[in-house]
Amino acid sequence: MKELNRRDFIKTTTATTAGVATIASGITLTTYAALPKESNPVTNEKRWGMLIDTNKLTESNIDDMVNACQEEHGWGDEAHSTGDQKAGWIKKVKVKDKATERISNLALMCQHCEEPPCVDVCPTNASMKREDGIVLVDRHLCIGCRYCMMACPYDARSFVHETLTDQKTHMPRGKGTVEACTMCVHKVDKGEAPACVASVASDAVIFGDLYDPTSKINQTLKKVQSTQIRADLNLNTGVRYSGI
Amino acid sequence: MSIIRYEQTQGKSLGFYALIAGLGAFILAALAGVYYMEHNGHHVTGMSNRIVWGLPHVFALFLIVAASGALNIASIASVFQKKIYKPLSRLSGLVALALLAGGLMVLVLDLGRPDRLIVAMTEYNFNSIFAWNIILYNGFFAIVGVYLWMMFERRMNKYSRTVGIAAFTWRLILTTGTGSIFGFLVARQAYDAVMMAPMFVIMSFAFGLAFFILILMASYKWTERQLGDAIVNRLSNLLGVFVAAVLYFVAVYHVGNLYLAENSGVENFILVDGGIYTQLFWYGQIILGSLVPLALLYSPATRGNRTMLGLASVLIIVGGIVQLYVIIIGGQAYPMELFPGKEILEGYGGIAAYTPTLAELMLGLGGIAVSLIAVTYLIKFLPFLPESLADDVADPHHKG
Repeated sequence: MKELNRRDFIKTTTATTAGVATIASGITLTTYAALPKESNPVTNEKRWGMLIDTNKLTESNIDDMVNACQEEHGWGDEAHSTGDQKAGWIKKVKVKDKATERISNLALMCQHCEEPPCVDVCPTNASMKREDGIVLVDRHLCIGCRYCMMACPYDARSFVHETLTDQKTHMPRGKGTVEACTMCVHKVDKGEAPACVASVASDAVIFGDLYDPTSKINQTLKKVQSTQIRADLNLNTGVRYSGI
Repeated sequence: MSIIRYEQTQGKSLGFYALIAGLGAFILAALAGVYYMEHNGHHVTGMSNRIVWGLPHVFALFLIVAASGALNIASIASVFQKKIYKPLSRLSGLVALALLAGGLMVLVLDLGRPDRLIVAMTEYNFNSIFAWNIILYNGFFAIVGVYLWMMFERRMNKYSRTVGIAAFTWRLILTTGTGSIFGFLVARQAYDAVMMAPMFVIMSFAFGLAFFILILMASYKWTERQLGDAIVNRLSNLLGVFVAAVLYFVAVYHVGNLYLAENSGVENFILVDGGIYTQLFWYGQIILGSLVPLALLYSPATRGNRTMLGLASVLIIVGGIVQLYVIIIGGQAYPMELFPGKEILEGYGGIAAYTPTLAELMLGLGGIAVSLIAVTYLIKFLPFLPESLADDVADPHHKG
């Protein structure tokens, strides 16, 4: 048998590797091509939004929303973090009008701005806005600089202060990165409503496409008076409120 | 004025090695602190989702601001053609680079994921003032590096003015960028003021010069070289002017803010009833960091006294760190105005608590140690320092 010298060995190995790589990528591409087209491609013809009616929303509704979010995404049971260090993707806020003393309760989370300050300031493009208006953090790009948390006018973002275990497969979280409400993008892309919206039985919280004239949220917003939190900042939020 | 001869320091004395060992100990402590914080996560720090930037940022931004200011001495010589500052230009460039390196080290090691530094270097969002700062910092290293080369290499001396102008312009943009990190934050009452950018520029003048004076005086004293009054007194006067200018900017900033009803809450917090922040502002920043140094620099009893100049410089540095603490931590501690006209009873609001931990402090001090060790080593290996700055050597108008 001919002895294999180094040059031959390299030649053979290279050729084999190249061959396998070519065929494998071909197979992969064919597999992707064979997949059914995504039923809901992300497009800027949609703008996902939410309308929260504080007149209809009870305090226990808000608790249910917070619990549903925690359950869906697995945040809030950080063992070592204390007080303000714990994650808070959605929270119950109680406000009192200074003049009339009228009290309103509301759920506050990422407002999914059209002009999100967090996306503007993020140095690495980890904070990003999808075409359909959902604002997300790419945890592979996030370097944990926390500038987005400085910039967010809604205190909506959390920094993971400790090592986490047992995470949800659809919602990987990581120590040293920033996270916030995703508007349950994994459910929305399957045509479902976000967990917090689904947890409220009444129509106190409406989710849908703000642009679609046939959607309930669009039609309701045309009828009732609504407001955006810190509307003066001109961020054009996706989450709207009525009754405050 | 005779020809300036530059010479390395010997760096063989016991004092030299003691200095290196002392600074090295601080750096090791900083690295231990970083390991502790990164291994456990930021829950072991005083930082939280409300105070997202803590003590490390205070030190990091202080050093970065001071870095650009330290380059001023070289700029005065090359851009504004003041001959007496020319022998100090090399050291000025070195101190600038060293301070920036120390500041960036702290900044990077406080990231949630410092291991992803490569991401910050390769993924740029050009809308982000932070991304611009990364470019500005790297560019500063490059430009000042070239600037030093022009100064060191005799054949290149003729280009040093051109490069000096570029470096001066760059440093102004850099500090504007650093100030704008805060100036562009619309969400927070304490920031959101374009005024932050020029204020940071003028702060850099004072902090950078204070560092420069201390390093200059220490290195000449410890290497037993002559340092004449002509240079020292000029630097001392300049330092006083810069400190007064910072006071002016601070006054305009706060008075301007007070005029706006929307900002009266945060102003009240910093100036009157903010507890530790109010105390730090008045006692630390204004009295200890500004008024006392001004008195030391200008009062007939202490004027011209090197020990008092050194003390004034130390106080300006401490006052500067306090100033950044008040801006960065105080500005975050005060809650954002989420619902104007309404009081938040539950869920958000109140003054956020922050107690810095030892690990954070060690990281910050480690940044200063990195800057100082870099200067100490490099003046041993390259001729940064003139062998004499006695008046008859350094002063172009010396009569003798």
